[in-house]
Amino acid sequence: MTTESSTESAAVAPKLEAPTPGPMQVMRDRLRRGELGQLPVVLTLILIAIFFEITSQGFFLQPQNLSNLLLQIATIGALSLGSVLVLLIAEIDLSLAAVAGLCGAVMVVLSVDHGVSAFMAILITLIVGSLIGLVNGFFVAVLRVPSFVVTLAALIGYSGLLIHILLPNTTIRLIDPFLTGIASNYLVFPWDVLLPIPFIALYVLLQLWTRIRRQRAGLELQPLWMVTVRTVLVVAISVLALLIFESYRGIPYSTLILIGTLLLFWLIMRFTGFGRHVYAVGGNAEAARRAGIGVVGIRLAIFTLASLLAALGGILASSRAISASAQVNPTLLLDAIAAAVIGGVSLFGGRGSVWAVVLGSLIIGSLENGLDLLGQGGDIKLMVEGVVLIVAVTADAITRRRNTTGLR
Amino acid sequence: MAENVTPASGSSGSPSAQGQTPQGMPTLRLSGISKSFGAVQALRNVDFEVYSGEVVGLVGDNGAGKSTLIKTISGVNIPDSGTIYLNGKHVTITKPADATGLGIETVYQDLALCDNLDVVANLYLGREDRSTWIPYLVRPLNEIEMERRARDVLKQLDVKIPSIRVPVASLSGGQRQSIAVAKTILRNAKVVLLDEPTAALGVAQTRQVLQLIRRLRDQGLAVVVISHNLADVFEVVDRVIVLRLGQRVATFDVRNTTPEQVVAAITGAEFGEILNNGNAASSSAS
Repeated sequence: MTTESSTESAAVAPKLEAPTPGPMQVMRDRLRRGELGQLPVVLTLILIAIFFEITSQGFFLQPQNLSNLLLQIATIGALSLGSVLVLLIAEIDLSLAAVAGLCGAVMVVLSVDHGVSAFMAILITLIVGSLIGLVNGFFVAVLRVPSFVVTLAALIGYSGLLIHILLPNTTIRLIDPFLTGIASNYLVFPWDVLLPIPFIALYVLLQLWTRIRRQRAGLELQPLWMVTVRTVLVVAISVLALLIFESYRGIPYSTLILIGTLLLFWLIMRFTGFGRHVYAVGGNAEAARRAGIGVVGIRLAIFTLASLLAALGGILASSRAISASAQVNPTLLLDAIAAAVIGGVSLFGGRGSVWAVVLGSLIIGSLENGLDLLGQGGDIKLMVEGVVLIVAVTADAITRRRNTTGLR
Repeated sequence: MAENVTPASGSSGSPSAQGQTPQGMPTLRLSGISKSFGAVQALRNVDFEVYSGEVVGLVGDNGAGKSTLIKTISGVNIPDSGTIYLNGKHVTITKPADATGLGIETVYQDLALCDNLDVVANLYLGREDRSTWIPYLVRPLNEIEMERRARDVLKQLDVKIPSIRVPVASLSGGQRQSIAVAKTILRNAKVVLLDEPTAALGVAQTRQVLQLIRRLRDQGLAVVVISHNLADVFEVVDRVIVLRLGQRVATFDVRNTTPEQVVAAITGAEFGEILNNGNAASSSAS
């Protein structure tokens, strides 16, 4: 009787009968499938931190330096998020840094030359960024011109426009205290502690609530240890970050803006139909089209959002530099794309998470910051970054090949 | 699903000259379909019908017009002339969305799955279930409801996969084909068109997919299978409709037909003994 019923249920739903895998089992399976997720990247970041901590005689991990590091990567982070979105639909945007430079200059010119209020200057800058993205998207999505070429043309053109709007100067100094304050002011005690706490609590509650709902619906549950480890890790990292911020000056506003933006985009990409469709377009655009998804609209939206984020990055950059310059930061674009790829976003579309930005930007930022501390010049920094990037892209290509061969 | 009677039931034991045309009203009927591509006439005055709870095999040599006919039904091609009836009612199909709106789903050879998405996401692609937190503004995906229903449909079809939360890239060919078919069930299809469902599958996987096709029939769907593989056709279909050079040349009931007879009809080598057998339809050209 018992054996009969058990074999029957096993035949109907064998997956429900499988014993819940333990930690070791899961790790072994993932190792074999080459799906280690973010683990190698996290390990790399830890190694880099340890290396610089030792070589800088304990200065690298000081709260002051870490706070500085976060200020340095705010712009890279915003642009990197833009690249993540574009890479997810298997396209590329080479114009992000030029758009950031241009938009930063637009904000400064509006504020300094035209006396526009800080709020309006930011708003207009973000609108300009979106329109630029919409134009890029129109060429890519509607006219089907390869995005590489469209955004290369945009890169060249907007670099020129940037020089043009600053004429006859090559730099304009930003004066407005609110605009310069974005990258130099901190959210201070007690708000820097009180603000994040509800979000952390919400995250924990959401985990619990989802688990209870899944249990009620009779669905497969993730092993309890896995959920626990993940939740504890998220809480621990958040608390650690808060402690570090608190022991220096507080949370930099630009970091707050970046984290808020990342959270928003994570929610959109992970929990909405739009996000799901973006991944679908990146995975198989033809399948998405046949499923009734408006592929053209998705592509337009993604290019618009990417340039909007570039504009945000430009605002943060101008605020930090307290000026706008006619020269587009030559390494910014590649750093942004590199950060996305290092964080595990596939160049071939459809794979990767918004959180790649955090890991990738931290690695790129740590390398720059650490090599600065050691007194190394741009020569060494560029060479080291080049090596890290090629390692990341190679890992992506190999994982992808392993995941698709011999399985069909 | 009510216990359905297989309409193609040949229990009467008296084969008609027109093959085994089942009684009742066909779920899908095409009448006098013609289609030309420039000078090439791909379909000439073709009639076609499929009943609920029946699997029809559509066979023919390359260029016989199978694909053109399927594309006509699925809305990819617009026929030059002819009419389409669904449950006896005249319908117009001018684009793929028309066909899916009428409950006609096509599973193409290239499957149209997103490898990077998991099984649930693929099953619901383009018609995700959403809950409403703030109307029109915040409508997150209802993952739990989708996963529950996906699990139920796969169970109902007896599709075995390790987990419905794995990306479909990691599934076997048979499993992927099963997912593509299960997708049509979730869309409440009435008619399912399968284009070469067993091409490129191994023996065990082919068996799996054929079993799935039988289950579709048992649920009362009208199923059309295009296949080059006569062994598969004979294993799963109730009736075989043969196209040759854009015309429907024969209809067989598989119960009292041999593969040789079907091959003869496909190639046009209709020997006297086959005609005497009474199963082969007379050529519609005559």
